[in-house]
Amino acid sequence: MRHIISVLMENEPGALSRVVGLFSQRNYNIESLTVAPTEDATLSRLTVTTIGNDRVVEQITKQLNKLIDVVKVVDLSEGEHIEREVMMIKLKASGQMRAEIKRTCDIFRGQIIDVTPTTYTVQLVGASDKLDAFISALGSASILEVVRSGVCGIARGEKVLSL
Amino acid sequence: MLIEGTTVELLSGAEMVVRALRDEGVKYIYGYPGGSLLHVYDALFQQEDVQHVLVRHEQAATHMADAYARATGKAGVALVTSGPGATNAVTGIATAFMDSIPMVVITGQVMSHLIGEDAFQETDMLGISRPVVKHNFSVQRPEDIPSIVRKAFHIAESGRPGPVVIDVPKDMTTPTERYPYEYPKQVKMRSYTPITRGHTGQIKKATDLLLNAKRPVIYTGGGVIMGDASTELTELSRLLNFPVTNTLMGLGGFPGTDRQFIGMLGMHGSYEANMAMHHADLILAVGARFDDRVTNACDKFCPTAKVVHIDIDPASISKTIQADIPIVGPAKVVLEEMIQLVKGSKKQPDADALHAWWQQIDEWRQRHGGRFRTDDSELMKPQQVIEMLSKVTNGDAFVTSDVGQHQMFAAQYYKFNKPNRWINSGGLGTMGFGLPAAMGVKMNFPDDDVACVTGEGSIQMNIQELSTCNQYDLPVKILCLNNQSLGMVRQWQDMNYESRHSQSYMKSLPDFVKLVESYGHVGMKVDKYSDLEGAMREAFALKDRLVFMDIAVDPFEHVYPMQVPRGSMRDMWLSKTERT
Ligand SMILES: Cc1cc2nc3c(=O)[nH]c(=O)nc-3n(C[C@H](O)[C@H](O)[C@H](O)COP(=O)(O)OP(=O)(O)OC[C@H]3O[C@@H](n4cnc5c(N)ncnc54)[C@H](O)[C@@H]3O)c2cc1C
Ligand SMILES: Cc1ncc(C[n+]2csc(CCOP(=O)(O)OP(=O)(O)O)c2C)c(N)n1
Repeated sequence: MRHIISVLMENEPGALSRVVGLFSQRNYNIESLTVAPTEDATLSRLTVTTIGNDRVVEQITKQLNKLIDVVKVVDLSEGEHIEREVMMIKLKASGQMRAEIKRTCDIFRGQIIDVTPTTYTVQLVGASDKLDAFISALGSASILEVVRSGVCGIARGEKVLSL
Repeated sequence: MLIEGTTVELLSGAEMVVRALRDEGVKYIYGYPGGSLLHVYDALFQQEDVQHVLVRHEQAATHMADAYARATGKAGVALVTSGPGATNAVTGIATAFMDSIPMVVITGQVMSHLIGEDAFQETDMLGISRPVVKHNFSVQRPEDIPSIVRKAFHIAESGRPGPVVIDVPKDMTTPTERYPYEYPKQVKMRSYTPITRGHTGQIKKATDLLLNAKRPVIYTGGGVIMGDASTELTELSRLLNFPVTNTLMGLGGFPGTDRQFIGMLGMHGSYEANMAMHHADLILAVGARFDDRVTNACDKFCPTAKVVHIDIDPASISKTIQADIPIVGPAKVVLEEMIQLVKGSKKQPDADALHAWWQQIDEWRQRHGGRFRTDDSELMKPQQVIEMLSKVTNGDAFVTSDVGQHQMFAAQYYKFNKPNRWINSGGLGTMGFGLPAAMGVKMNFPDDDVACVTGEGSIQMNIQELSTCNQYDLPVKILCLNNQSLGMVRQWQDMNYESRHSQSYMKSLPDFVKLVESYGHVGMKVDKYSDLEGAMREAFALKDRLVFMDIAVDPFEHVYPMQVPRGSMRDMWLSKTERT
């Protein structure tokens, strides 16, 4: 099963490499990874999506908790949560494809954020499966470049991940 | 130099490193100098509180520090220079990491402005050590040295212990730049708060299970040794009259000569211990991590047992074997709570069931327990040597070991009655550990007997330390069980590769007697069992000399029992021809 694990950690040099190193060292898989500082400059928040059975994911959270730089760990998939990912996708857009791409983009509530006579760059925000769906919906349009931010997530309701 | 009008001293970074170690109560550090550490070595030279022991290879420095920690529970300290000094220390750091041993390793580093430029003797020690440390630090400002050292010791020694590396760029130790020095009394880290007690509800549930068990086994490991819980373990086991088995790392946690002790368990565990585990209805695991050398195939592991698992590290619980009752907490505190619950309980352990269980165990013990065959040949069996060692030292010596068959024989045949006396590398299985480990112990326990059980393969991995032993007068006794081959490798080749002995034969062994004599020590060669006791007594009587006993043993001997790969706990080879 896919899990979204959020980690609050000290904003220290080397902290990120400890987390990434842990995953490769213990043969855990990383689907996506994002990290950035929080409102408190001494803390960063890292989100990692991974696939594994319950036993593996339990080990992942336990091992993450053991890292000295890690302050808190939560598996967002255990409760109700919101996940978002940003994608920017550059497409060949000439002739009748231009209109077609525009339509698909509208259906997915994407935005065209850059235009040239032959290309469109579309921005799309949503859960990862929505971004996947957009890519498959593009059908025969020719994709020049895709960049995705990786997933970040937050629990629904009043639950917070903080100190 | 004091800051005017105060008692606060001004020290250079180099002086702070040394002073912080003193304030941490460190007496000996083990190390080897080099360019990046010259300021620190100069500061060491100018004081007498912290004494430096000069090894002959950095790996030995880490093993000495590690063995001190295994014998005392306190973090040992090693000091090595950047680049090759640091990489030479990596094996020792990994050895300590795998066995959860507290250690602080200070590594020199190139000047901070040169980091990343492939400077002379630069290696990324933070990166290299990361997977084999509990934590590592890089000093960015000299004034941080006292707090980093305090944190390093705190992290190394608390919770699940482990090694911590402090990487010190040379410019952090410049003698002319001085800063106020104050050693912090406490550490506060919001991201690190080791657990101090177990969950009372869980402990109650577990105690109920204990009192209802019919075929219980207490299985304990290194966590009882490093967690200083052998008194509590012994008391609880006696209260309950349950059989106790120890892992390789847990030997000495419960008295080896006690009737309730059923030996080591696992790959080379005793017949009775592995049988008891397999048939148990309750396993109380304490400070043990269900290692693959213990469980054999996890899906066949102890099919009828409920598992209560006490461990200070939640990640050790349900990692390989699912626990029915997990208890996260220090063994000492949790066991003490259990003792009180058992004492206060109206319910008593099930005496009839236990009586029947003990009869079964004793029958197993009778059938195959602890026997090896001697034949008519003059060739000594390695097991006989260990039994003799146990006899000559009354089971009271510190015994260190290298890795191989001799290690297993030592574990099986030396009866450890006290904790912290059996010192070996279990998790990493580091050949070359034994001699430096013996040195580290002897340095700190000069009045105790310290024996290093080794093989002619392993001893040659750190034999240069005979020179250090000479310099510091470390009269350890080295028992080299010389089977002229890499015996453990050879055994596997016999069993799995139709005796194709690929590279497991040691040609051109040195004359060990002459070799040790050239280092200023005493050498003895023993070829006959009839000479063994006399020679060994003589060796131990030579209180202030290092004695190397080169003991010829049967090169064809195998270690048994040996679990059958991918089987259950009870599937064992009992000799070259018998299987369960
Ligand atoms: C050639 C060879 C053969 C081997 N054969 C065997 C064999 O037959 N049988 C065998 O048992 N081993 C064998 N080993 C060793 C094996 O590889 C493991 O090292 C060993 O089994 C692990 O022991 P342990 O479970 O006690 O864990 P350790 O590595 O000692 O770990 C200690 C555990 O206790 C926990 N802990 C630490 N402090 C505390 C505390 N204060 N309170 C509570 N918990 C704490 C830790 O979190 C950890 O989970 C062999 C090794 C070699 C090299
Ligand atoms: C550094 C290192 N290299 C290789 C091994 C693999 N290994 C395990 S036991 C063994 C043989 C040890 O031979 P010896 O020290 O003579 O002991 P014996 O088994 O003969 O008693 C080897 C090579 C190891 N454990 N450590």
